[in-house]
Amino acid sequence: MKRRMVTIDGNEAAAYVAHKTNEVIAIYPITPSSPMGEWSDAWSAKGQKNLWGTVPVVSELQSEGGASGAVHGALQTGALTTTFTASQGLLLMIPNMFKIAGELTSTVFHVSARSIAAQALSIFGDHSDVMATRSTGFALLASNSIQEVMDFALIAQAATLKSRIPFIHFFDGFRTSHEVQKIEQLTEDDMRAMLDDELILQHRRRGLSPDRPVLRGTAQNPDVYFQGRETVNPYYLSCPGIVQETMDQFAKIVGRQYRIFEYYGAPDAERMIILMGSGAETVHETVDYLTARGEKVGVLKVRLFRPFSVKHFIEAIPELVKSIAVLDRTKEPGGAGEPLYQDVLTAFGEAVADPDMKVGSFPKIIGGRYGLSSKEFTPAMVKAIYDELQKDKSKNHFTIGIKDDVTHTSLDFDPDFHIEHEKVFRGMFYGLGADGTVGANKNSIKIIGEETENFAQGYFVYDSKKSGSMTISHLRFGPEPIHSTYLISKANFIGCHQFVFLEKFDMMANAEEGATFLLNSPYGLDETWDKIPKKVQQQIIDKKMKMYIIDAYSVARETGMGARINTIMQTCFFAISGILPREEAIQKIKDAIKKTYGAKGDEIVRKNNEAVDKTLAHLHELPVPGSVTSSIELPPVVPDKAPDFVKEVTAMMIAGKGDELPVSAMPADGTYPTGTTQWEKRNISLEIPVWDENTCIQCNKCALVCPHAVIRPKVYDKKYLDGAPSTFKYVKARSKEFGEEMVYTLQVAPEDCTGCALCVEACPAKNKQETKLKAINMADQPPLRETERENWDFFLELPEFDRTAINVNNVKGSQLLQPLFEFSGACTGCGETPYVKLVSQLFGDRTVVANATGCSSIYGGNLPTTPWAKNKEGRGPAWSNSLFEDNAEFGMGFRLTLDKHTEFALELMKSMKSELGAELVDEIANADQSDELGIHEQRERVEVLKEKLEKINSDKAKQLLSVADLLVKKSVWIMGGDGWAYDIGYGGLDHVLASGKNVNVLVLDTEVYSNTGGQQSKATPRGAVAKFAAAGKPARKKDLGALAMSYGNVYVAQIAMGASDLQTVKAIIEAEAYEGPSLIIAYSHCIAHGINMQKGLEQQKLAVESGYWPLYRFNPELQKEGKNPLQLDSKPPKIPVRAYAYNEARYKMLTKFEPERAKQLLVAMQEDVNEKWHMLSEMAKMSFSEETA
Amino acid sequence: MNLKTEYMGLKLKNPLVASASPLMRNVDTVRKMEDMGIAAVVMESLFEEQIIHEQHELDHFLTHGAESYAEAVSYFPEPESYEMGPEEYLRHLESLKAAVDIPVIGSLNGVSPGGWMDYAKKMQDAGVDALELNAYYIATDMDKTSREIEDNYVGVLKTVKSEVKIPVAMKLSPFFTSTAAMAKRLDDEGADGLVLFNRFYQPDIDLENLDVYPNLVLSTSESMRLPMRWIAILYGKIKASLAATSGIHTAEDVLKMLMVGSDVTMICATLLKHGVERIQDILTDLVKWMEEHEYESVAQMKGSMSYKSVAEPAAYARANYMKVIKSYM
Repeated sequence: MKRRMVTIDGNEAAAYVAHKTNEVIAIYPITPSSPMGEWSDAWSAKGQKNLWGTVPVVSELQSEGGASGAVHGALQTGALTTTFTASQGLLLMIPNMFKIAGELTSTVFHVSARSIAAQALSIFGDHSDVMATRSTGFALLASNSIQEVMDFALIAQAATLKSRIPFIHFFDGFRTSHEVQKIEQLTEDDMRAMLDDELILQHRRRGLSPDRPVLRGTAQNPDVYFQGRETVNPYYLSCPGIVQETMDQFAKIVGRQYRIFEYYGAPDAERMIILMGSGAETVHETVDYLTARGEKVGVLKVRLFRPFSVKHFIEAIPELVKSIAVLDRTKEPGGAGEPLYQDVLTAFGEAVADPDMKVGSFPKIIGGRYGLSSKEFTPAMVKAIYDELQKDKSKNHFTIGIKDDVTHTSLDFDPDFHIEHEKVFRGMFYGLGADGTVGANKNSIKIIGEETENFAQGYFVYDSKKSGSMTISHLRFGPEPIHSTYLISKANFIGCHQFVFLEKFDMMANAEEGATFLLNSPYGLDETWDKIPKKVQQQIIDKKMKMYIIDAYSVARETGMGARINTIMQTCFFAISGILPREEAIQKIKDAIKKTYGAKGDEIVRKNNEAVDKTLAHLHELPVPGSVTSSIELPPVVPDKAPDFVKEVTAMMIAGKGDELPVSAMPADGTYPTGTTQWEKRNISLEIPVWDENTCIQCNKCALVCPHAVIRPKVYDKKYLDGAPSTFKYVKARSKEFGEEMVYTLQVAPEDCTGCALCVEACPAKNKQETKLKAINMADQPPLRETERENWDFFLELPEFDRTAINVNNVKGSQLLQPLFEFSGACTGCGETPYVKLVSQLFGDRTVVANATGCSSIYGGNLPTTPWAKNKEGRGPAWSNSLFEDNAEFGMGFRLTLDKHTEFALELMKSMKSELGAELVDEIANADQSDELGIHEQRERVEVLKEKLEKINSDKAKQLLSVADLLVKKSVWIMGGDGWAYDIGYGGLDHVLASGKNVNVLVLDTEVYSNTGGQQSKATPRGAVAKFAAAGKPARKKDLGALAMSYGNVYVAQIAMGASDLQTVKAIIEAEAYEGPSLIIAYSHCIAHGINMQKGLEQQKLAVESGYWPLYRFNPELQKEGKNPLQLDSKPPKIPVRAYAYNEARYKMLTKFEPERAKQLLVAMQEDVNEKWHMLSEMAKMSFSEETA
Repeated sequence: MNLKTEYMGLKLKNPLVASASPLMRNVDTVRKMEDMGIAAVVMESLFEEQIIHEQHELDHFLTHGAESYAEAVSYFPEPESYEMGPEEYLRHLESLKAAVDIPVIGSLNGVSPGGWMDYAKKMQDAGVDALELNAYYIATDMDKTSREIEDNYVGVLKTVKSEVKIPVAMKLSPFFTSTAAMAKRLDDEGADGLVLFNRFYQPDIDLENLDVYPNLVLSTSESMRLPMRWIAILYGKIKASLAATSGIHTAEDVLKMLMVGSDVTMICATLLKHGVERIQDILTDLVKWMEEHEYESVAQMKGSMSYKSVAEPAAYARANYMKVIKSYM
């Protein structure tokens, strides 16, 4: 079988071998490893078989802990078993890993190595996770490139069967897991030749079977445990040799020779770097460059880190090496050094002491950290390390790639040192997530990789925002293999797919002299140059760039492509770059279109082809004028009135210059100020809502549903209108309760709006003259930006309505409260954030939020800015994220502290009654804090108390002062998605609900793992297609509400804002007021449902009308009053479930590829709905009065 | 009694054809219609929008938000192939053809020239015996002349005719300035049949919500007058077969339509209202009436009351108007 060249990423390369060489695959989604599970699931769903002719079973568990348990079980019963994971997921597997290794079980875990959450979570790549497993007994094998990922996946599989040591095969998260490269694909013959069937039979025979019963997993006593632990030594001692033999065997079959410690460089090298992972590729490339210039340098690539073979290690070191830098992509705070460094020292120590090893002297060895959380690691940094080794006194325990101005560990490097080869095409493409740039570039790489002799590499940098997000594609092509595992900083081609980016990002900084610039410009050939900012013009002139423009959006419109300009820009790129002859390139693009879209129908293919054909006529070279003509200056990143931290630190991150921030700029303990999204004016929407004050009925529904808190009502005395901008709108407040002098304004934040138009959808008022108009209507943003910005600023200065005077128990009143969650980076039209925002309005000034990892922790806490905000008094939600799995417990911990401190404060206060005054103490102790007025009055009393305490010089007074604020009622909100509440965190959630503690749990139920890309959870409804449920989920959605109601003392509500906003408001208020655990399950429409997000509220309504999502409140307080605690808030189903479900692609797509199954599942879904409604309605009818009890 | 008739070359056992309706979605229902005596069925229309927009919609919603964010570069698994609406429709056609012996007529609904027309050929391949082109179109564009609109119809017909070998009928709107000229033009361009007329559903207004909403009102026997008049006028002047549709509820309606010159009469509303058993009732009544009035065959009466055969053809033309008014005086 001939080997094919394929252009794939690291995850696919690993999954390809894993799927072919295993029988059982137990998984759980976690970035950046999720695609390995997704590939496997997709292949198994398509019936692709493994080497032995059977389709591997792929099973998703409830957590990585669960996945590793299932892996352990599958292994113990004799199946070839694997899993994929990273980061926290790998940590959750550690207990089972000890067992698996202790039992000498053959398996390979494929790990896309990722940072561990410490001062902050990071999804990006380093070796912190893998290094935390060092003591488990797993072998650790590192791949440095995509080709190696495929090769080592097989080598690890072969070696684990031979050695019986389980393997972690790891590669760098994102840099390798997501980098696309052209590689040679191993064949099934290669795999068969590498895997000894007899070993597989032995593995199977070791499996538990009642036909040959044994006992494994005993408990051992002090008498034998120790000896038992030492039995494995021979296996570990032989493992490195086995891996090397396996690599040699691989070389014979495939032709690529690897070594467990692989030296590359000058044979007479004096200076050497030792490292593992993708960084080794960059060092390799730099060594080529430096040795060609006569430098005596080399690199030792560590492939097999565990078991560490001192013998193989020493043998691999060139004789003349005098100084060594050992690089670790991890941090071990407080350690004598990082793991690889320590092992190298130990190895040399042992070798020098052992005369048989003939190592005369100890070379100079220094250790350093690099590349944490995918921090760039470039040839310039490598050069700096080699330079450091040359110094008499080299810095040890250094860092490279950052500026450490605190403990001065960092090495300086020359950012202008570049070694990119002239023959390599280096292109950077700036696009919007929504415009398809990344997808088109992935196609381009495939075309070039598979249709030409060129080697190809693609790497994609994404935004941390989910709406209006920018993507940067880094593409390299060249005649030689590409080892550059770092971002392009000297591009010879820059593609700017969005004109507005010119004002936001310094993209020309990365252009080399003579580079080509392709710009998607809405302006004509004559106009475009003048519209380019001054600085950018200067850069284009100075760098002698060649420039082309296309109005891609007009071509897209003409050809029915909408906002997707991907194929148009791709065609321009091929036309200009000349990588392929134009005609050939166009044919290849069309072939790729057919391949990508063919399955979805001829029409999509036709439309894309038409776009390709129409493109070239619109592509023009723009002769670069000799002088700057523009007066457009780049706007400041944040306004001058922003706080210092925002100006000095946050602004750098916003501008994409976070890499330049020194260590001293970062808070040492991961604590950041809130209320920072207000400074990041993103201007991502082309349209914003405009208020028609004469049509408006002042219901405030628009404000309630706005996911980004950009449309806000205010009621205020008209005296404050002095100095209002001329275009500022207001009308008399309609509600009489506000009084005659009060006016009403509905204001939009023009630069923060994402243009989702949910507000327009929610608006119930229609213009009487023209019924297509409502009280708010979308209009072009650019002409309104300046005036509305002024109006918004004026609006913010208007006083907030007095909280104590509002009836908040309805939509209208609740929306007069200031949102303390604003301008998040959530998806345009997000279904979660309106609930979060409502909580922030109602209780934000006295709330602590525990937030499970997921979408809500990302839009809530991903730097640079946070939407959690403060009011004028400086109060607002305090927020933290612990882990994915422990959020309920984390929040319960908050409650324990708050309760304890409140109790302590009361104890102290009562014991100081005589000093503080009995009246005040009694009032505080007995205060009614059930409403805003009560809380306001209590705050005032506590202020008096604190003033008194300030004047008392006693330990007790100091103690009381530190907890006095706890005398004002505090609210604990535990928030997260269904992945957390239904799956990974369910055990904890269940416990916390059972605890009876006064916490409020808000489950933002999108019915899939949205943040990691739509994998099924136990909240996924029957019939919906999700990742890991590619053929439609066969099982019914878990009824979390029913489970919680079974405790009897838990307040439970199921809500859907789009169906009943009033019920939503009431439920949230009741839940918070309930002195015990509360659970709110909120229907959250989501991009992962495959819907028009603008119609998200309508879908919520249909979900309720169909009975799929009944609205109810279960309030244990009612039972105390002899009433039925369950109140059904929605009417019996009035439409069939299909009328709701088939508006969503997640359900409908199944009818397009498995219509029969879709029909059966639809019937089952309808039965689910009928049954659930029957159950709830019967429960709600039950009498709880004493007479019938 | 000889009820046989011929429509676009299809030999039918009687003149009753079930026109396009949701009843065609169920193979068993169609089989029952056959048992009840229906001579042929017209499939529910495959819409141009369905062909084009469904693909776009699915593509859009499955890829929307993809490749934007590092943790979620996609949101859905990618099945190897999809069966989009048209494929599903074709599969249904195939199973329908396999289930019944009567002719099955495919129906394609669209107005603009484009890729959707390929489905005519696909329907032919799926086994339909003839095609009905339903040019459902409200001419709202003030810049479009009547000639341009007519050209559109002709264009669609010509394209489809060039793609398929099976007979093709055009289902017409009653709103042509010159219905007769249009019929002749289509006849000249090779239409094998004309179906008169398409009923446009007129929308209604929801006063509470100020929304316009589609409101389906089933036809009554009154609605048959319009096609009846035009079939009477066209009969014998064009080569194409004539099918009457709209408002045919009873055997009397069928008889009238046959007498003005229809080759077939298409029924729909009455089946939706009374069930497919209605077919048998109509046929029984039809035979009964013919026996009572001593007719031997359908062929005998076909066109007997057409414009060219009646004593007072002017009754079908403008004079008719004057007479109606006078009859009230």
